[in-house]
Amino acid sequence: MELLRNISWRATKVWRRNIDVFLVTLPIEGLPAIVEPILYLLAFGMGLGTMIGTLHYQGRVVDYLHFLAPGTVAVAILFWSYFEMTYASYIRMYYQKTFDAILATPLLVEDVILGEMLFATTKSLLAATVMLGVISAFGLVSWPTGLLVLPIAVLGGSFFAGIGLVITSMVRNISHFNVPMSLFVLPMFTFGGTFFPLEVLPSWAHPIAWCLPLTHVSLLVRSATLGMAHPMIPVSVAYLALGSVVFGILALHRMKRRLVP
Amino acid sequence: MAIVARDLVKSYGETEAVRGVSFEVRAGEVVGFLGPNGAGKTTTVRMVSCFLPPTSGSAEVFGIDVRTRPRDVKAMLGVCPQEDNLDPDFDVLKNLLVYARYFDIPPDVARKRALELLDAVSLGDRLKSRIDTLSGGMKRRLVLARALVNEPRVLILDEPTTGLDPQARHSIWTRIRSLRATGVTVLLTTHYMEEATQLCDRVILVDHGKILLDGAPKDLIAREIGHTVIEAWNHDAEFAAAVRALAGRVEEIGDRLFFYPDDAEGAERFFEERFPDQERQIRRATLEDVFLKRTGRALRN
Repeated sequence: MELLRNISWRATKVWRRNIDVFLVTLPIEGLPAIVEPILYLLAFGMGLGTMIGTLHYQGRVVDYLHFLAPGTVAVAILFWSYFEMTYASYIRMYYQKTFDAILATPLLVEDVILGEMLFATTKSLLAATVMLGVISAFGLVSWPTGLLVLPIAVLGGSFFAGIGLVITSMVRNISHFNVPMSLFVLPMFTFGGTFFPLEVLPSWAHPIAWCLPLTHVSLLVRSATLGMAHPMIPVSVAYLALGSVVFGILALHRMKRRLVP
Repeated sequence: MAIVARDLVKSYGETEAVRGVSFEVRAGEVVGFLGPNGAGKTTTVRMVSCFLPPTSGSAEVFGIDVRTRPRDVKAMLGVCPQEDNLDPDFDVLKNLLVYARYFDIPPDVARKRALELLDAVSLGDRLKSRIDTLSGGMKRRLVLARALVNEPRVLILDEPTTGLDPQARHSIWTRIRSLRATGVTVLLTTHYMEEATQLCDRVILVDHGKILLDGAPKDLIAREIGHTVIEAWNHDAEFAAAVRALAGRVEEIGDRLFFYPDDAEGAERFFEERFPDQERQIRRATLEDVFLKRTGRALRN
C-alpha cells in the first residue's frame, strides 16, 4: 500500500525526542496524573459512593468504588493520548515548528506521524500503569487479571492517538479543538461507562453509548480490575483494534497532506 | 554538480508558485536566490531540500534524485530554516544532540561535534542555557550549528539573517565565509542585496516563479546597469529634458530621476557646466539597482 511504503524504524527517533521532552517536563506534567485519579476516587467514590453504596453490574453486586476506579483509568487512557495528539501535537507542528525541524533530517513525514502516535500510546500506557498502582493501593484491583489493563491501555491509547491526530489534521487554529472537546470528548467522558453502568441509560441511548470508544475501554479495564468476564469483551477488543488501524492510517494520510502540501 | 534542477514547477491548485525553474550549483559554490516576497525562492529551495514534492520537473543533489531518495538527499544537507524551530524544552547542547540522533550519529561523536560547533558559533559558554533566554542572534547561530551537525555537503540557508542586528548579521556572514573555505556548497535565499553581494559567487534572481537572471553579482551589475548611477531630486523640467537628451536610460520614480551614464566623468562635467547647484548623488551601481530594474518598484505582499 502506497501510504505505508515509508514506514520505518526511524519513527522511534521521534518517539525518543518526545520521551526526552517528557522527562524534562515530568515534574510538572506528571503531577495531574497522580492527583486527578485520587481526586476522582475521593470525590466521586468516597463522597458519592457513600450515598450510592453498591450497584448491580453484570449480575453481581459491586460496591461503587470498585466500579468507579477502572472508569478513572479508562479516562486517563483517553486523556493522556488524546490531548497529546491534539493540543500538544498542534503546538509542536504549528507553534514550535518541531516537525519542520525534523523533516530537514533523513526522517520523513511518516516517521513523524508514527512516532507521535507511538508516543501518545506510550503516555496512555504510563498513565494506566501509575493509576493501576494508585487504585491498587486503595485495594480496588483484582490480580492477576489487573495486569491486562496494560495491553488494554496500549489498545485504547493507539485508538485515541489516531483519532486525535485526524482531528489535528483538520483544525485551522488551536481554538477549534473546543468543538471535538464539547461534542466528542466530554460526552464520552460522562457517558462512556465511566461513572455509572450503561444499563441505567434509557434504551435509545444504548446504541450511541456503544459507539463511543471510551465505552469499550471502560468495559475492558473494568473486566480486568474486577476479574470478571463480560460477553462484550471480544467486540470491544475488535472495535478498538480495528479503529486503531483505521484512524492510524487516516491520520497518516491526512497529516501527510497537511505537512507536505 | 552539487545541485541540478530541471524545469521545477510547484502549483497549489490554480496558483503556480514556481513556474519552470532550471539551475545548477557547482560543488563548493555559494549561490543566492534573490527575489521579492512571494517570488518563489523559498518554494524552489524547499523542493530541492525534499520538503515539498515538485508538481513536475526534477532535482538532484550530488546525482541523487530528491523524489525517489529523499532520505539520502537529506542526509547530505544542512538546513537553516527561515523561522527558528529550536526545541524550547531542551537546552542548547541537548538541541544539537537530539538533532544528531535523527542522522544516526553515534552519541559520543555527536557530543564531540556539538561541543566544537557550539564553540565555533560562540555558544560554548551557553551549553546549559534555555532556548528562551537566548537573543535572536544566538538562536540563529545555534540553528546554524545544528545544520552543521551532520557535516553536510550542501548547506541550505533560507533568509539566514532576516531580523538580526548588524553585529549578529556580520557574525553569521563570517561563519558562512569560513564554511565556504572548507568546500561546503551553499544555497541561500535572501532579499538583502548586500548579503548577496558579500557572500555569493553567483546570484539567481527570481520573480513570479521564474528565473530572470543568473550570474556573478558584478557581471550582472555591469550588464544590467553599468558602472554608475546618478540620482537627482528637487529638479525642474529643464533639467529633466537635458538629462533625457544626454542619452542612456532615465527613470523617473516619485520625485527622483535615476540615470545610468556610461561615462561617469562626462556626467559629472555635465552637472558642473550646466546644473552646478542641482541636488544629486553619484554612486556605483549595486545589485539593488539590478534587482529594482528587473522586478520593478511596485510593493509586494
